[in-house]
Amino acid sequence: MRHATRIIRYQLRDIARNKWILAYAVVLGVLTEALFRLGGDGGRVVLSLLNVVLIFVPLVALTFGTLYLYTAREFIELMLAQPVGRGAMFAGLWAGLTGPLAAALLGGIGVPFVLHAGAMPVPARSLAMLLGTGVLLTASSTAIAFVLALRFEDRARGFGAAILAWLLAAVVYDGLVLLVATVFRDRPLETPLLVLTFLNPLDLGRVLLLLDLDVAALMGYTGAVFHHFLGGPLGLAVAGAALLAWIAGPLAAGGRRFARKDF
Amino acid sequence: MTSPIEARNLTKRFGRLEVLRGVTLALAPGRITGLVGPNAAGKSTLIKSVLGLVKPDGGSLHVLGHRVNGDERYRRGLGYMPQLAAFPENLTGAEVLEMLADLRGPGTPQDRSLLSAFGLEDQLGKPVRTLSGGTRQKLSAAVAFLFTPRLLILDEPTAGLDPVAAGIFKAKLAERRAAGAAVLLASHTLSELEELADDLVFLLEGQVRFQGPVADLLAQTGEQRLERAVAALMTEGGR
Amino acid sequence: MIHWALAAVAVLAGPPRQIVAGPGTAYPTLGAALAAADSGDTIRLGRGAYREGPLTIRVPLTLTGEPGTVLYGGPFTLLTVTADSVTLRGLEFRDIPPSAAEDRAALKVAGARGCRLEDLRFTNTFFGLYLSKVTGCVVRRVVARGTGRLESLSGNAIHSWSSSHLVIEDNDLSGHRDGIYFEFTTDSRVAGNLSAGNHRYGIHFMFSDGNTYEGNRFLHNGAGVAVMYSRRVRMTRNRFEDSWGSATYGLLLKDISDSELDHNRFRANSVGVYAEGTTRVTFTGNEFLGNGWGAQVMANAVDTRFLGNRFEGNSFDVATNSVHASSEFRGNFWDRYTGYDLDRDGTGDVPFAPVRLFALVVQQNPPALILLRSFFISLLDAAERVAPALTPQTMVDQAPRLRWAGDEAAQ
Repeated sequence: MRHATRIIRYQLRDIARNKWILAYAVVLGVLTEALFRLGGDGGRVVLSLLNVVLIFVPLVALTFGTLYLYTAREFIELMLAQPVGRGAMFAGLWAGLTGPLAAALLGGIGVPFVLHAGAMPVPARSLAMLLGTGVLLTASSTAIAFVLALRFEDRARGFGAAILAWLLAAVVYDGLVLLVATVFRDRPLETPLLVLTFLNPLDLGRVLLLLDLDVAALMGYTGAVFHHFLGGPLGLAVAGAALLAWIAGPLAAGGRRFARKDF
Repeated sequence: MTSPIEARNLTKRFGRLEVLRGVTLALAPGRITGLVGPNAAGKSTLIKSVLGLVKPDGGSLHVLGHRVNGDERYRRGLGYMPQLAAFPENLTGAEVLEMLADLRGPGTPQDRSLLSAFGLEDQLGKPVRTLSGGTRQKLSAAVAFLFTPRLLILDEPTAGLDPVAAGIFKAKLAERRAAGAAVLLASHTLSELEELADDLVFLLEGQVRFQGPVADLLAQTGEQRLERAVAALMTEGGR
Repeated sequence: MIHWALAAVAVLAGPPRQIVAGPGTAYPTLGAALAAADSGDTIRLGRGAYREGPLTIRVPLTLTGEPGTVLYGGPFTLLTVTADSVTLRGLEFRDIPPSAAEDRAALKVAGARGCRLEDLRFTNTFFGLYLSKVTGCVVRRVVARGTGRLESLSGNAIHSWSSSHLVIEDNDLSGHRDGIYFEFTTDSRVAGNLSAGNHRYGIHFMFSDGNTYEGNRFLHNGAGVAVMYSRRVRMTRNRFEDSWGSATYGLLLKDISDSELDHNRFRANSVGVYAEGTTRVTFTGNEFLGNGWGAQVMANAVDTRFLGNRFEGNSFDVATNSVHASSEFRGNFWDRYTGYDLDRDGTGDVPFAPVRLFALVVQQNPPALILLRSFFISLLDAAERVAPALTPQTMVDQAPRLRWAGDEAAQ
């Protein structure tokens, strides 16, 4: 633990100076500012950023995270030749990468909101939900990226796997869910669909945001399961916990691989 | 006193490739042991096993009296200089040294003599990414000696050093040997080994074909030069 | 006519008197005061708790209370007015227990004309005010706080049956079954009321033609506002907000015809407006903001027109149940509109189809709602927009507005 926090400290310093992270923050900032300039009020900007957080943020975290682990290989070897345990090293790498990515997200989106806060009301709760979900998705995506990078020795294959994982989770998966919903239209579908949703971290993130942005619509739904689940704090708690599991699970899997790996 | 490195019947395979096939060796303190062998003989795997980077499949490995089994503490007494130095790109040299010291805990004695001998001190404020390859290599050498290790693992250490720096480095190495440290020195430059090594380990196809004092090898093969002696070992191994 | 004649006689019988009633006066009970009162008299009922009843006002008179004048009820209708031209002001009615057998109320006006009921308060009563065959009554500044019990155990705050020419304004109604209930009530004006937190509908009317609803606020009611089987309804500048739940609507229109809705605001309802079996209903300058569904217009709604309304922040703007549905849309503002305006006349150059494919999918397969805001779904919607196959092509805004600048649609 002591080692992990020390590694994280230097790792943060290193990656915070990484030009790609800075570019990422700037892109998010320019995008958010542009949405404001296009005449959006705070609420509309949050809505427009929804797919940025659900689609673009995981893509960046997945690809950057995968490539990062390949690039950091020599550094990892240097560190592991020190009296540093594998667990501490892995935790340090992950937290040291996730922290700056999350900070870039918070800063890139948050700063324009702060700048415009004087001129218009900021939907604080929605913004907090958006950023919180973005941070959780970043953490989950980097953990998954590490698993992929540790699974494939070859950098090109690992990168390909990351892109594929993103494509699957961000686009294809929902199409399959819709297909299931259509094919089995005559059967009770609420619980299966909820379960399917929980098997995809990006869908979980989306449901978390729905609970904030679309309560009115969700409450208009007649089914008892959704109503019970999505109608109260239960949905928020369970979806949040499931997303945390989508961080812890890949982290555990990646940590196990990392502990056994030959460098 | 226990042996700094003691390997018994060490095996390791990567997929179908058997890289270590029962490696047994022991290093002596206060001596420099050259590690030689053709490419793919298993040198890197052996070094990485000692460092804990590679997990052997079978056999036993003790380093500085500790069994290598995932506990990282034995590496406190270990200094490592890889073939190619890599540091976090955006940290400065000073930050890298600070980080490594931090990992060992405050109050760990430091030997910064190589830093000054290499004239690195005025370069420490720059991000590592801006340093030249040679400077990084010097930093890497300084790092290996930084915590007065009892065991030094050096992988082609002088390859990236200019002659002056190489001279400084060799002097430092001699100093550590005199202080009782054991050194495992992998090199392709046999003339360098001839100059530095007390003992030699010759690795071929994952097995130790020779271990002992350099003088014994020369005597055994009846050669004057190490280069010829190693060549003789190779042909012998090929038979 | 007979009533008017009687009133004239009563007035002729003597000059109007002021009767001071209450504890410590010559008329310690309301019953005694009423017995003594003649036509045209004014009874001033002092502070105190009156546990009487049932009581009846049979002659035209004025009854006023002061703060702290409280009439306590029982298992009966507490006060019944059968005379014309009665004025009640400043009274509080309390505690009428619910009943499954009869619609007992704190105050009932039956078969009378021209009453003025002002500054009354109904606390914990089953029905508050019950108007039956009443004409030309004014109900103003009534505060009703219902029992807050289950729908089946609560009555309506203001209930009107078979009446006409009423003015119901500036009342504050909550905790009842319906805030205001009209049945066979015509040519009336309902304005400036706040109906909030009622179990069923904020306002509910059936078979009630020619009424105007203006500047009312309906919040957090169980199922919103329901308007059924009525003609010539005019609803202006009302606010329908926060009606959440399945089968819950900001405004439910069923079998309504020849009606106008303008400048109302529907915000954060599960469904802003639901229209079924309507004929010739026009929506002008209304705002649909942050609803689950802005408007659900069923295929059996005929000649529905949406002109210059604002749709913003709704999960679905417009939904329908059939590809054959048809409504007219023109000059509305849609926050989802991504078209352009090359000639800069403020009107988009490409039409906007407000019914998303996904709205249709959800209509037919409700659990698919879980895919709301999915990237895949937006791809699907975009594809449908480019090559429409499943969404009703009749429901298209040919002249969408690019900007919402307040009320300019009002004309």
